[in-house]
Amino acid sequence: MTGQGTATRALTDPAPAVPRFYRVVSRREDTGDTVTVELAEPAGPVPAFAPGQFAMLTALGVGEVPISVSGLGDSGGGRARRLEHTLRAVGAVTRALCAVQPGGLVGVRGPFGTGWDVASAAGRDIVIVAGGIGLAPLRPVVLTALANRSRYGRIVLLAGARTPGDLLYSGELDRWRRDGVEVAVTVDQADSGWSGEVGLVTALIKPAGLAPGNSVAFICGPDVMMLVTADALAALGIPAGRIRVSLERNMRCGAAWCGHCQLGPLLLCRDGPVVGYDRAAALMRVREL
Amino acid sequence: MTDTVAARIAAHSFFAALTAEQRAALAGDGRAVMFTAGERIFDDGGIADRFWLIEDGGIALDMRVPGRGDQIIETLGPGTVLGWSWLHPPYRWHFGAVARVATTAIEFDAPAVRRRCDADPAFGYAALRLFTPVITERLQATRLRLLDLYASPSQLRQREIQQADT
Repeated sequence: MTGQGTATRALTDPAPAVPRFYRVVSRREDTGDTVTVELAEPAGPVPAFAPGQFAMLTALGVGEVPISVSGLGDSGGGRARRLEHTLRAVGAVTRALCAVQPGGLVGVRGPFGTGWDVASAAGRDIVIVAGGIGLAPLRPVVLTALANRSRYGRIVLLAGARTPGDLLYSGELDRWRRDGVEVAVTVDQADSGWSGEVGLVTALIKPAGLAPGNSVAFICGPDVMMLVTADALAALGIPAGRIRVSLERNMRCGAAWCGHCQLGPLLLCRDGPVVGYDRAAALMRVREL
Repeated sequence: MTDTVAARIAAHSFFAALTAEQRAALAGDGRAVMFTAGERIFDDGGIADRFWLIEDGGIALDMRVPGRGDQIIETLGPGTVLGWSWLHPPYRWHFGAVARVATTAIEFDAPAVRRRCDADPAFGYAALRLFTPVITERLQATRLRLLDLYASPSQLRQREIQQADT
């Protein structure tokens, strides 16, 4: 599995704690507090990240935070591989990272952790459920599935956002629809210009008409949202082992050394962030973890 | 009632827990209806004398907020039930409802269904068991939305300030 190999690589990497410096080559403001940056390493090829894996990004002089890849940037017609990260300004480090302009430098360590393992869904329908900023780590799942369209059945994307203005990648959603992705979006709070759905993201599941016996689900969002969504999908009949969630805790070292990201028996920087719901369900319900 | 309505009720998963006799009886209180896009179905405060099974299209539940117009609380799509205020006194709608798009539904005569429930406790219990999960699911969804899970720390702070300022 992708994650297993990655974990081994992280542990044997001679310098997993040393950041490489990448240059911001593009910067796009997605919402009022969210920015997507494209990073390229001037000195060499970008390490191969898999969808779902994360990097530790350093804002120079401020600090370091774990951010999942939101794009692998290798479909640009022969240009060098690039990394895309979608960042939400929620604290000092992410605010500093969001403020880096094209030409500026960002420290990058990684890839770390397990991936979504999209390839394992070959021959099945892909069900992607995103809540809020959780759409960012799932974007590579959509892009990977579209790049290998014939390998998969239906691609269903169900996304929830706080308000229409908080919805990520709104332009891309239309493009994905045109490319055959079944996209449904709901918001918690509508405004006067919103003509779409209003309600919890789980309300989108039933109308999607999923085939639970032939589906693999990928879920990312706040823990509570992932729990209720995974439970709803499991109740529909998707086996827990074919439901994957992305768990984020206090990732620090990225190499399973420091233990800050421990969730019961898991060190999420190595054993996560992507975890099968068959393992995650019980752990997510332990109050102390 | 028409045979078409009876067949549609019999085929719908929402009514699967009812016996064939109970579904047939319910069909006697139902009729097929259509709403055009933008058509208001009921206003909050109005008499809750009907409920609907949405078959196609979509409905928005809304509430008139002074200074902010009609605020959409939730949208309902095909396969869902519109209306449960008819179940309990005072039988008044708590929200308004408007068709977002052209919508087809089966409309039920709520007082007739209530009378049937009173006359036949087995039917009444079965009907209640149909609606309880709908109410529970929507309550849970509302509770989760109250948590404002997708808010950033700054949005939560902003909300706290607004609440403290009102």
